[in-house]
Amino acid sequence: MGLSQRRVRGLLMLRLQRLTKTYKTGDQALKAIDLEVPKGQVLALIGPSGAGKSTMIRCINRLVEPTSGAVMLDDTDLTKLGPGALRRARREMGMIFQEYALVERLTVMENVLSGRLGYVGFWRSFLRRYPQSDVDEAFRLLDRVGLLHMADKRADELSGGQRQRVGICRALIQNPKLLLVDEPTASLDPKTSRQIMRLITELCRERGLAAIINIHDVALAQMFVPRIVGLRFGEIVFDGVPAALTPEKLTEIYGEEDWEATIEAVEDDEDVEAAQ
Amino acid sequence: MSHRELDDMLGRKWRKPHFVTNPVLRWSLIVGFIAYLIAAFMTIEVDWGRVYEGLDRGWQFILAFTRPDFISRAGDIWGGLLESIVMTVAASVVGILISIPIGLGAARNIAPLPVYMICRGIVAISRALQEIIVAILLVAIFGFGPLAGFLTLSFATIGFLSKLLAEDIESMDKVQAEAIRASGAKWMQWINYGVQPQVMPRLIGLSIYRVDINFRESAILGLVGAGGIGATLNTAFDRYEYDTAAAILILIIGIVMMLEYLSGVIRARVQ
Amino acid sequence: MPVLEKDGAQVWRRHTLREKLVRWFGWLLGLLVFAICWQIISESTTWFFVWDAPRIANDIWTRATPPRWEYITQLGRPIWDTLNIATLGTVIALFLAVPVAFLAARNTTPSALFIRPVALLIIVSTRSINSLIWALLLIAIIGPGVFAGVIAIAIRSIGFCAKLLYEAIEEIDHAQVEAITATGASRWQVMAYGIVPQILPAFAGIAVFRWDINIRESTVLGLVGAGGIGLQLSSSLNVLAWPQVSLILLVILAAVVISEWVSAKVRGAII
Repeated sequence: MGLSQRRVRGLLMLRLQRLTKTYKTGDQALKAIDLEVPKGQVLALIGPSGAGKSTMIRCINRLVEPTSGAVMLDDTDLTKLGPGALRRARREMGMIFQEYALVERLTVMENVLSGRLGYVGFWRSFLRRYPQSDVDEAFRLLDRVGLLHMADKRADELSGGQRQRVGICRALIQNPKLLLVDEPTASLDPKTSRQIMRLITELCRERGLAAIINIHDVALAQMFVPRIVGLRFGEIVFDGVPAALTPEKLTEIYGEEDWEATIEAVEDDEDVEAAQ
Repeated sequence: MSHRELDDMLGRKWRKPHFVTNPVLRWSLIVGFIAYLIAAFMTIEVDWGRVYEGLDRGWQFILAFTRPDFISRAGDIWGGLLESIVMTVAASVVGILISIPIGLGAARNIAPLPVYMICRGIVAISRALQEIIVAILLVAIFGFGPLAGFLTLSFATIGFLSKLLAEDIESMDKVQAEAIRASGAKWMQWINYGVQPQVMPRLIGLSIYRVDINFRESAILGLVGAGGIGATLNTAFDRYEYDTAAAILILIIGIVMMLEYLSGVIRARVQ
Repeated sequence: MPVLEKDGAQVWRRHTLREKLVRWFGWLLGLLVFAICWQIISESTTWFFVWDAPRIANDIWTRATPPRWEYITQLGRPIWDTLNIATLGTVIALFLAVPVAFLAARNTTPSALFIRPVALLIIVSTRSINSLIWALLLIAIIGPGVFAGVIAIAIRSIGFCAKLLYEAIEEIDHAQVEAITATGASRWQVMAYGIVPQILPAFAGIAVFRWDINIRESTVLGLVGAGGIGLQLSSSLNVLAWPQVSLILLVILAAVVISEWVSAKVRGAII
């Protein structure tokens, strides 16, 4: 491997090579996907439901086992890892979920600290005896998302937006290099959706994190994310900046529909954002 | 402001808040429970020598399951099993038929207060008395044989089904029932059109479940002379005929499994 | 619900003729089966005793009242034993039921092909057989006494608890488990953080519910010699000491009512 090649690779965070997933039912969710994500880049993945967005994200941290192809995180191929090495690799990838996926009967603090499970031993985690540095970091993160006063509340007492903030803290306390975000706003109202998207992109910028954000709301993606990848039937059909997402392109991704209104709405929104 | 708060928190230990917040109460509950367990263990007199001897017999019994003997006492086994099944069927039919009016009467939203009190009383008595005790009394009154067992199971079925039926009726959708009443229906029509369709699927499901329970219970009534396979089983244990006992147990397990499977299928169909 | 042509006019019927016939045939068959069952019960009944029943019942009632209250001083130890049988039996059963439930639940079993059927077999066989029969069996193996009662209750409860628990495990929210897995947690950590908190309320409910049932069951285990207050009941019945029998029945009734109350309170506090 030449020095120059290594340098190029050094700038890359994640690289998917011919990533394919075929379910037992015969459905081809992903068809030989190639994708490169540089360090610190936030990328939105759009596409109709069933396009394979969720499968793709889950194939990266192997919550779903890919059928073939490679997932290169830095220089390691995640698809080749044994169980122990996979767990260590998962610590590097924080994940944020659609319906928050907090453990509802645990407290906010326990949910945040559960992001450290990959770093602490079983008994320590079982007895809730986390290192002080982890506890401090959890407090800092909760303060950052404005939920410090909720630390000892049970997760099911929180509102949707608050829960998703806790979910973000859980992902960040892993100290990840990469965030995998699966429909973070699917069950939130429009205002909270924007707040959450803003929070995620801000935090990525603060920490220099790369992120892949699955999102069905095109306007929201265009508003916050510099690079958009469109997925249809398990194939990448668009990859570019938000401005390049023309009605023709949207038709290609989602199928026939009048897209003018959507795009105008985005532009209006951007004016409003700028005015604020 | 919020940063002052954070500074206060940093470096502070964090512990999960306890389920019981009062530490005195929490510790006395824990200590009390442990003390009880120790006391309970201490007062059990275990004759370990006898247990040790028994291990061999236990092993024999487990082995018996690999070669159950359906043949030597075939007459007793089939006779007892038939009696158990007959008791189950008859008691389930009678029990279900009686529990429907009592269940209606025990539902506060459709029955007048005096009827409600009487029906709830019957349910409470039936539920508080266990099958085996009822069986003892009925055997004393009616003599040995399946009649006592049949009456016992019918009685137990009434308590079980009426209570659940009444609860079901009490939690049903009022609007549907009111719509029927608004059309000028008589009481019987109202029950037939407004209430019955709502509770019928669950009633069928519960009835089948009760058939299953009745069969299981019928297997022990024989121990006190109330008919069924229990008497045969008891004799087999007394004579240390483990292979016959194993055969009977296998039959019971098999029939219960079959009933459970059947009830699953029927419940899936009616719902 | 078809609309039929009849004499040129449209007539609405709930069922077609064919459906009607099938229904009638079904009812007829059911009636026939019941009649046969009743015939069999009737044949093995000595009707002379049945006609005599009111007199006997009256006779027993006069003998049994009033209960022999002073006998209660001798019931302290049996009541304590009964409580221990139920509680220790439940505790042991819960310890054993947890692993069985995890092996039986589709989403946590290590092997759906080999281990799950074994776990299900354990559940079905321990559940289908009444604790009295387990007691009978254990007495034949390890001799009579409280210990046999504890084990009998424990075995009977394994299947019951494991069944309810594995159903709760199968109903958990998978997303929460996935989220914990995604943090790089180990298998046991996923269990402790992703699964256990979700099933803990169900577990506590099942424990208390089963304890309540076990109190009932342990009151009669003594009938076959497995300790507890049933022993006194059995010996009083053998010598026809009806005033003692009535007192024991009252005590059992009280125990059942109290345990039901406790279990309802505790379940209310948890949920």
